[in-house]
Amino acid sequence: MTILQFFLWSLLKIIVVTVVLLLGVAYTVLLERKLVGRIQNRWGPSRVGPFGLLQPLVDGAKSFLKEDIIPTAVYRPLYLLAPIIALSCALISIAVVPFGSPAVEGPGGFHIFQISDVNIGLLVVLGITSIGVYGIALAGWSSNNKYSLLGSLRSSAQLISYELALGLSLVGVVLRAGSLNLRTIVESQARHGLLTWNLFGGFQFVAFFIYLMAAYAETNRSPFDLPEAESELTAGYHTEYSSMKFAMFFMAEYANMIMVGCVATLLFLGGWTSPFGNLIPLPQNIVIQALLPIFWFVLKVFSFLFLYVWVRGTLPRFRYDQLMNFGWRYLMPLAILNIVATSLWLAYK
Amino acid sequence: MHLILFLVFAAFCLAGAINLLLQTHPINSALSLIVVMTSLAVLYLLLGAEFLAAAQVIVYAGAIMVLFTFVVMLLNAGREERTRGSVAYGVIGFPAVVAILALIATVFLHTTGLGDAAMSNNITTTQELSTVLFTKLLLPFEVTSVLILIAILGAVALARPHDAERTARK
Repeated sequence: MTILQFFLWSLLKIIVVTVVLLLGVAYTVLLERKLVGRIQNRWGPSRVGPFGLLQPLVDGAKSFLKEDIIPTAVYRPLYLLAPIIALSCALISIAVVPFGSPAVEGPGGFHIFQISDVNIGLLVVLGITSIGVYGIALAGWSSNNKYSLLGSLRSSAQLISYELALGLSLVGVVLRAGSLNLRTIVESQARHGLLTWNLFGGFQFVAFFIYLMAAYAETNRSPFDLPEAESELTAGYHTEYSSMKFAMFFMAEYANMIMVGCVATLLFLGGWTSPFGNLIPLPQNIVIQALLPIFWFVLKVFSFLFLYVWVRGTLPRFRYDQLMNFGWRYLMPLAILNIVATSLWLAYK
Repeated sequence: MHLILFLVFAAFCLAGAINLLLQTHPINSALSLIVVMTSLAVLYLLLGAEFLAAAQVIVYAGAIMVLFTFVVMLLNAGREERTRGSVAYGVIGFPAVVAILALIATVFLHTTGLGDAAMSNNITTTQELSTVLFTKLLLPFEVTSVLILIAILGAVALARPHDAERTARK
């Protein structure tokens, strides 16, 4: 494979994945509005297109056409940089996610369903997420507004605290797979379908629940959405942002949700593999063989997003000190215990 | 390819470091430091040390620098004042820096057994790295962790309210 081929293939994959991800973001917003609407016994958006399906397009056009107001007292360079950092960090980490079976290869042994297969894929995801904090922190600080500053201070503290629990909860899975490569981690759970997923067969359900809660806090989602608690802080770190800059934060939040869903799918729910294992024989048609893994992957990510919205529609917001206490005094020790227990079990085996 | 990447990111690294010194606002300096650290991570990657590169980004750029910016934001530190600088620092400082750099360079060049690192496609996997860490270098590794533990205990001891304060609080 020549370098030119490599660049062209990579460019193609990047464009396709980014477009699909942005569409996913747009429709996750719609999913949330519809679902929260049903939970609160109303219809949600239903006017634009059949069942309100064109609503995301109209929303996008609206944010484009709004006047972009930059308050006079902001610190301009960072004020402009912050939404870019937030959105780009949210979009980049999808590059290491394998969506489909690696058996499907393009010409020259090229992986079609993954932009790049990295040995340390999981660490790359964690690293990029940890850089994403700056988007929120700088947005709040550079806005020169007390609500923004409080929101971003809360957010940085919350993200640092929960990143620990999040990282530690993944160690159990890594120990079981013996690798940081996302593809190897998925393949280690593939043997008997549902029964060998890390969530059930691996006895990593403690880790899964720690991951779940830490992930809600990491993406600033309800019940841990204190950085943008509208009853206390107007809108938190993005109070002073309008038009497309606000939309960039908004997109970053939903892209992060999708990313968290992807990681949960890969690490705990067996990635692209079928929940039935080898019980159902694969159809002979090669197109179906290639697309079926993607179907399972998307279905798993979708159910994770559904859970996100469901939790948001059900649980009230935590108080800030409760959040910190919970993170440091319960989640983190529990995650460490999980690591100890998993390694003891692996050593015993 | 390796050489081009090296030149680009080494330039980034130096530019970030110089910018760090020139900026008057602490937030800008902190952000330049992040640029330095992430470009260093890329340089590690060029040397094939992928785990080190990831750890550099996660620990330094992602955790320690967030704490730095957090403190800057919390204290709302303003612009630092430009002073003319003392003449003595100018006269003695630069020769001193040159002397120290020369000393370090001589020591490095004359020491044997440091081994060499070259930019290559060879990647040291996490597994190889941990094998060395937990067999050959086990003692230094564990001693370092004790060092960190001492630092943690020190921080707790410093932050703990004194007896008089604690009784007053009750």
